[in-house]
Amino acid sequence: MFLHEARLKRQSIFDSLFRNLTRVAAFSVLILLAAIIGSLIIGSMPAIHAFGFGFLVSPDWDPVNDQFGALVPIVGTLITSGIALLIAIPVSFGIALFLTELSPRALRRPLGVAIELLAGIPSIIYGMWGLFVFAPLFADHVEPWLNEHIGVLPYIGPFFSGPPMGIGILTASIILAIMVIPFIASVMRDVFDVVPVMLKESAYGLGSTTWEVMLRIVLPYTKVGVAGGIMLGLGRALGETMAVTFVIGNAHELGKSLLNPGNSISSALANEFTEAFGELYTAALIELGLILFFITFVVLSLARYMLYRLGQREGKAS
Amino acid sequence: MNAENIVKPRVTVRDLNFYYGKAQALNNINLDIAEKKVTAFIGPSGCGKSTLLRTFNRMYELYPKQKATGSIILDGKNILDKNQDLNKLRAKVGMVFQKPTPFPMSIHDNIAFGVKLYQSLNKHDMEERVEWALRKAALWDEVKDKLTQSGMGLSGGQQQRLCIARAIAVKPEVLLLDEPTSALDPISTAHIEKLIDELKEDFTIVIVTHNMQQAARVSDYTAYMYLGDLMEFDDTSTVFTNPKRKETEDYITGRFG
Repeated sequence: MFLHEARLKRQSIFDSLFRNLTRVAAFSVLILLAAIIGSLIIGSMPAIHAFGFGFLVSPDWDPVNDQFGALVPIVGTLITSGIALLIAIPVSFGIALFLTELSPRALRRPLGVAIELLAGIPSIIYGMWGLFVFAPLFADHVEPWLNEHIGVLPYIGPFFSGPPMGIGILTASIILAIMVIPFIASVMRDVFDVVPVMLKESAYGLGSTTWEVMLRIVLPYTKVGVAGGIMLGLGRALGETMAVTFVIGNAHELGKSLLNPGNSISSALANEFTEAFGELYTAALIELGLILFFITFVVLSLARYMLYRLGQREGKAS
Repeated sequence: MNAENIVKPRVTVRDLNFYYGKAQALNNINLDIAEKKVTAFIGPSGCGKSTLLRTFNRMYELYPKQKATGSIILDGKNILDKNQDLNKLRAKVGMVFQKPTPFPMSIHDNIAFGVKLYQSLNKHDMEERVEWALRKAALWDEVKDKLTQSGMGLSGGQQQRLCIARAIAVKPEVLLLDEPTSALDPISTAHIEKLIDELKEDFTIVIVTHNMQQAARVSDYTAYMYLGDLMEFDDTSTVFTNPKRKETEDYITGRFG
């Protein structure tokens, strides 16, 4: 009897210890988050005082005269990520569709593993490959074609005409697309895989083609998961540093053409931190970091909110 | 083995063999499906009754390594023929599954989905068709005020009637029901059985069921299958009251299976 009680007591002590440990672990995440935001804000204070909101809309970046503005890297980050998603979403959808519906069973595993391996390649390798292999090929074969055929079109022409240097916004976007495709494709494949077989058979049973089943049944059924996968890709694209730094050109210029070199927030940070002398320069870079943090935060929150609204509408409808 | 009194066969199955890879699942099936009657397939699990049903719309073709030989004649054409257009076949042969499978869209769009694959109706005609199908499926009165709401929000029994409405909206000739009530409560089951009785005025119905009482209640003809063989096929009343084979009697009296 005595022994039994002692054991119970020991267990309850262990239990409360365990509970508190998990609580500390959970709260430490919040503390870390607050600490990072706090230090970013404190670090960027000099720049905030010096430039105010003008920092966000000024294209200047003149370390010699201590004039800083974030417009070029902000635009570069948003545009490269946006184009990357434009390329990556349809390609990933195709990959996932092939892997779940069309591929012979024997090919499924090797292809799936290959895609996951692609996701595991360190970003610096993408950067090197982009700079040494992809950019020269792009400059020799694709960009002249773009200049000649698309550059002459009205409206979209100016975006595709420029010096064929190989490095620039478009190259960075394509490298980013290649980097996020494995993420989006593997999430899409996973959510497509859980669609009930009977649901698909019902649509096939009405005489739908594979394309109709995918687009009108599977995609709506999995839209929350698919949106989640896209957000995962977007999150990665926004923050990607090394690969972009290699191929974007790192020029603080705001050109119309996507073939021009540009800059993104993360590549500006990576390039310039070592040479940032003076309080204001460092503070401006830290403020860039704060802005990137904020953009990522807003994008992810928007995505959450969108999914929440979608879920709510479904709930009301049902 | 044919029921002698099938005057007007709608579907004629001859020498049908079916294989899952190397394993044979149906052995030389010969059977006539009567027009505008209900034909039930019964038998223990794994006897091939669902497999047989799924050859009628060639659903098995979604999966590699499954194949059927022999002939299934519908409208004078062998539907197992390589040249048979699958989409047209499935417009003629509708199917309802074990579990309700509403599509992730509104009730109206669920019904319109199949119709749109074959016909381009204007808005008015489409609305009429949707109402017609829902009335046929005895669901109209329950959903007429919420056609724009998601089909996934209906109860299980309503969802299954929605699926029936969706299948008949295309105006098929043959309706395949694969254990349509196995996931439903008794009241919903009764609804569906009553519905099957009404639907046979317009459609030729084939139903697979685990429930022998259900086969006895709803069908005109019953086929008893065992291990891929068609053991006995006759009027439902004959099969249940005066089976010719000992195996059939054992199964329907519950001595086995």
